[in-house]
Amino acid sequence: MLQFLFNDARRDEDLPAGMVVLDYVRRVGRCPGTKEGCREGDCGACTVLLGEPNGARFRYQAMTSCLMPIGDLHGRHLVTIEGLNGPGLNAIQQAIVDQGATQCGFCTPGFVVSLTGFLLGEAPLTEVEALAAIEGNICRCTGYVSIVRAVRDMLAALRDKVPATGDRLPALMALGVVPPYFAEALTRLGPVTPLPPAPPGAVIVGGGSDLLVQQAEALAGQPLRLLSHEPNLRGLRERDGDLYIGAMSSTEDLLRSDLARAFIPDLEPTLRLVSSQLVRRRASVGGNIVNASPIGDLTIMLLALGAELGLRLGEEFRTLPLARFFLGYKQRDLRPGEWIEWVRLPAARRSYCFHFEKVSRRRYLDIASVNTALSVQLVDGVMRDATLAAGGVGPIPMVIPAAAGALRGQPVSAAAAQACAAAACAAVRPISDVRGSADYKRLLLRQLIYAHFVELFPEACPVEALC
Amino acid sequence: MLRNVDTPLHVRGESVFVDDLPEPDGTLHGAVCASPVAHGGLRAIHLDDARACPGVVRILTAADIPGQNEIGNIIADEPLLAECAVHYVGQPVALVVARTPEAAREAVTRVRLDIDEQPPVLDPRAAAAAGHFIAPPRRLVLGDVDATWAHCQTVLEGRVDSGGQEHLYLEMQGAMAVPDEKGHLRVYSSTQGPTAVQRTVARVLGLGMHAVQVEVRRLGGGFGGKEDQATAWAVLAALGACLLRRPVKVVLRRGEDMRMTGKRHPYSSDYRIGLDGAGKILAFEATYYQNAGAAADLSTAVLERTLFHSTNSYHIPNVRVTGMSCRTNLPPFTAFRGFGGPQGMFVIESAIARAADACGLPAWELQRRNLLEADSVFPYGMRVYDPRARRCFEEALARYHWEDWQREAAAFNAANRRFKRGLSAMPVCFGISFTNTMLNQAGALVHVYTDGSVGVSTAAVEMGQGVNTKILRVVARTLGIPDARVSIDSTDTRRVANTSPTAASAAADLNGMAAQLACQAVLERLRGVAAALLGAAGRLAIHDGRVQVDGRATDLTWEQLVAAAYMRRTNLSAQAYFATPDIHYDKTTEQGEPFRYHVFGTALTQVTVDGLRGTYTLDAVRMVHDAGASLDVLIDRGQAEGALLQGIAWVTLEDLLFDAKGRLMSNSLTNYKVPDLHFAPREVDVAFLEEAGNPRAVLQSKAIGEPPLMYGIGTYFAILSALRALRPGRPGVYDAPLTPEKVLRFLYA
Repeated sequence: MLQFLFNDARRDEDLPAGMVVLDYVRRVGRCPGTKEGCREGDCGACTVLLGEPNGARFRYQAMTSCLMPIGDLHGRHLVTIEGLNGPGLNAIQQAIVDQGATQCGFCTPGFVVSLTGFLLGEAPLTEVEALAAIEGNICRCTGYVSIVRAVRDMLAALRDKVPATGDRLPALMALGVVPPYFAEALTRLGPVTPLPPAPPGAVIVGGGSDLLVQQAEALAGQPLRLLSHEPNLRGLRERDGDLYIGAMSSTEDLLRSDLARAFIPDLEPTLRLVSSQLVRRRASVGGNIVNASPIGDLTIMLLALGAELGLRLGEEFRTLPLARFFLGYKQRDLRPGEWIEWVRLPAARRSYCFHFEKVSRRRYLDIASVNTALSVQLVDGVMRDATLAAGGVGPIPMVIPAAAGALRGQPVSAAAAQACAAAACAAVRPISDVRGSADYKRLLLRQLIYAHFVELFPEACPVEALC
Repeated sequence: MLRNVDTPLHVRGESVFVDDLPEPDGTLHGAVCASPVAHGGLRAIHLDDARACPGVVRILTAADIPGQNEIGNIIADEPLLAECAVHYVGQPVALVVARTPEAAREAVTRVRLDIDEQPPVLDPRAAAAAGHFIAPPRRLVLGDVDATWAHCQTVLEGRVDSGGQEHLYLEMQGAMAVPDEKGHLRVYSSTQGPTAVQRTVARVLGLGMHAVQVEVRRLGGGFGGKEDQATAWAVLAALGACLLRRPVKVVLRRGEDMRMTGKRHPYSSDYRIGLDGAGKILAFEATYYQNAGAAADLSTAVLERTLFHSTNSYHIPNVRVTGMSCRTNLPPFTAFRGFGGPQGMFVIESAIARAADACGLPAWELQRRNLLEADSVFPYGMRVYDPRARRCFEEALARYHWEDWQREAAAFNAANRRFKRGLSAMPVCFGISFTNTMLNQAGALVHVYTDGSVGVSTAAVEMGQGVNTKILRVVARTLGIPDARVSIDSTDTRRVANTSPTAASAAADLNGMAAQLACQAVLERLRGVAAALLGAAGRLAIHDGRVQVDGRATDLTWEQLVAAAYMRRTNLSAQAYFATPDIHYDKTTEQGEPFRYHVFGTALTQVTVDGLRGTYTLDAVRMVHDAGASLDVLIDRGQAEGALLQGIAWVTLEDLLFDAKGRLMSNSLTNYKVPDLHFAPREVDVAFLEEAGNPRAVLQSKAIGEPPLMYGIGTYFAILSALRALRPGRPGVYDAPLTPEKVLRFLYA
């Protein structure tokens, strides 16, 4: 029995845990304000808030409900647009109306929910952060210009009335941005019986951001092991200088983590290129690896950082370099029932220079045509060690040893960059597909390797030498 | 400013779309089984496995159709369900009706089609070479191009290609049909053309049109994609409802919608342009190969508009343009905001970009020297009415300090090796009216209720463009009452019959006029009552809900007047009809006056290209646009901003890809990218031309829906300009969309 709070009322539902939250909301919950636009996390029309118990309150995040199995709702608070409406228009809604920032209206509830999530969250109340909160919401009518104006209006209306940091819920309730029942949401949920352990052979579901796109229907009838209910798999910690990333840590967790930022400078802008905030909150680090996409952004970064995996099957535990995990297209060194417990970044990599590049048709929330990551250990101007990883140029996310080999022992220079790129291009066999022709991908690989050097070492590798 | 009347509902998620309607008890769900093959003989449809699936109620094929299996609107060449042949991947073959949508979709996967596969034709030039045309070619001629080439100092020829574009309305196609006790049907459809749906349902079911009621509350976006392409799904739902005597709902999923429905037409074109030594265009010739897809749909009308807009905003004395609508094995390409205009304008702008090079002039200067004059005649024989092309162009240059822009871009480019700025100007001239003169008619029904509230029905369909708000404004202003007293009702074929689709940017023009005429009819009767009540002989008017005599308010309120009129047995309702005057067109001579007026404007664009990665960012688009006396500045600005980004995306980001077997590769939102917030230009300025009243449309306004889309074409040429700053002397590329792949290949291949 799934027990959760749906808007202002507790629900006890005997439904398959794999049912998609979007379908639950619209068809069982009869709340049609949440819209179906794509069922793959690419439009944001189905955005809801998910509240997780956090001390005396729920902590809310906006997510796409099409990528969420209802099993994930257990013990949590699901909020749709219907659960946010007050008697009149709140400050978000009013700003959108005033600026004409809605035309056909189909995407609009998603924008309102995303912005509510932003206000309830911990990000500073800046325009940049507010816009980041709606980067996963597609609007086909407005051209976004009026939406940006509405966001400015909203911030202007709230900035002085809502605390810049800390818990903003009381202020937002007082202002009518969220309804009063939020104050007693945990009480309304009441006691929750823990879910029984998943039976052997259950399908392991992480964030679901890929699984629900590929096989939502198939999941609905199967027993699931929902890793979102296993808190020990989530979070980052440091031990002996190594960084351990719990496999269920979301990409957004990584982006916001001080530990990760300390390990990888410039991590934040890099991770902002990965998907959208709405999906980053669902997409887990382990899932990105297990999915074995030849073009996974996180996987490419982790490969270049020399990541290792901690793999568990019941009592059995083993470690494996990430580079050896991928055996062929969507083939992994993973036994049935085995899961990734953590990803470890070795302390030695802290001293490396690291850089990630990605080109896709659309800069954000798109799958790369080619992505690359380079880490370089620089000692007295000489590249002592290096790892180059590239996606989109073969059947698996690849480490290209020949490319790194061209760098080892060399001083940083444009010539070294060219040698590295030439070695990389010779080592790959991209295919032509919807993300680009094979020739383009090979050319792009070269350019992205040049970009690593231009960005990391602008003085030793001036752009004039490579452009 | 009046706010869009729908928006308070939108922000609360309370606006109802087809898929949100409460389903009557016993509603069944349809899923479409479509051809996986682009071209072939349909030998057999094996349904046994599908029928055995749990929840399946019935599976309908062409054999079940009681009337005609025909949904073609302009040309009857499109079956609802394939009979003995399939002509594109995604062509509907059967409808599975089941208790749940999941059961219906599961059963669709169990239908086996026995298809004798034949090689598809996908390229319009190949189709033309093989003689596969939707209709005979069309040609417009002005002056004598053949006699002119010899007098030109510069003559250039070239080829231009432009890709298709998925509408990606956020609300998918869908309909629900509910039968009544007589077997008549009420159809809730997400369509821009309720009458087309009504007519087609009646034809396919063998019913009178009076047995079919189509109601549309609003669309979650249309952009032309729900003009003809909404019909099939509504007719399928109606077919199920008619045969099963149960409500049937058909709502597509995104992948189905993308695979099964038509999009903007891809074009491939050849041109020749000739100029004199002063940079005046003397002659322009072009041949347009339109990829029409497998059925006519609206292709012939789209092609006509391509020809009409082949010279965009320019005065060109000698023109010969030929258009061919080529039948291929792709989904029937259809209306998309701009309706062939963008494809035509992209060709002339490409020609001008090359000609500017050859003449040693900047493109904007060449554009400027050739703008429409007061006496310019279009290739279709119409003399331009009140041309504002030059006014908009000059005002844009001055208002946005074009010279400063150029200077700054040149300085930036001189100082940067990797990043280069590119600038462009894009004038637009777009004709308003359906090019098919017959469609320029509209009806309205206005009821004044005894409490003074007013209900209005028109043929216009609200899809976010704010037409209901504009009509509300026309009604409130005409009656002289507050906005709050007026409600615009759903679009319903029982209240307003024989309607034209909401398209061609003309819905507010046509339906606003019809509503105004209906209001004036009621008002005329009310004036009579007021004169009797007040015993006044002066000029009677209503203002702010109060009767005025000779401009002075009386004690008589609107509500009192209406109540008194009712007591005196006055008709408080009016039906009115409007047909655009003075327009005509003769397709045999290709001459006439197809447009009531034109919309003008100019946009200036700046982009920055990253020469290392082959990517670009859109810095700014600033426009001066002629909206007439805008009916609503907030709505018109929104239309301009939204259309602009769709146009930009058409020439940059949106890459409609089919494989060699005619299967859509860009078949999901993962593979087909429309702009997100970050893609949009960092700065967009919309300035409306001032003192620009237009006597030829309702309340001096001008249509707005489509014209600003074509400002987006400027982004293509701004990127090209930056690319040529990176690689001086390299010939340009004229193949939209200009994706990062094409950019990088231009730079390094």
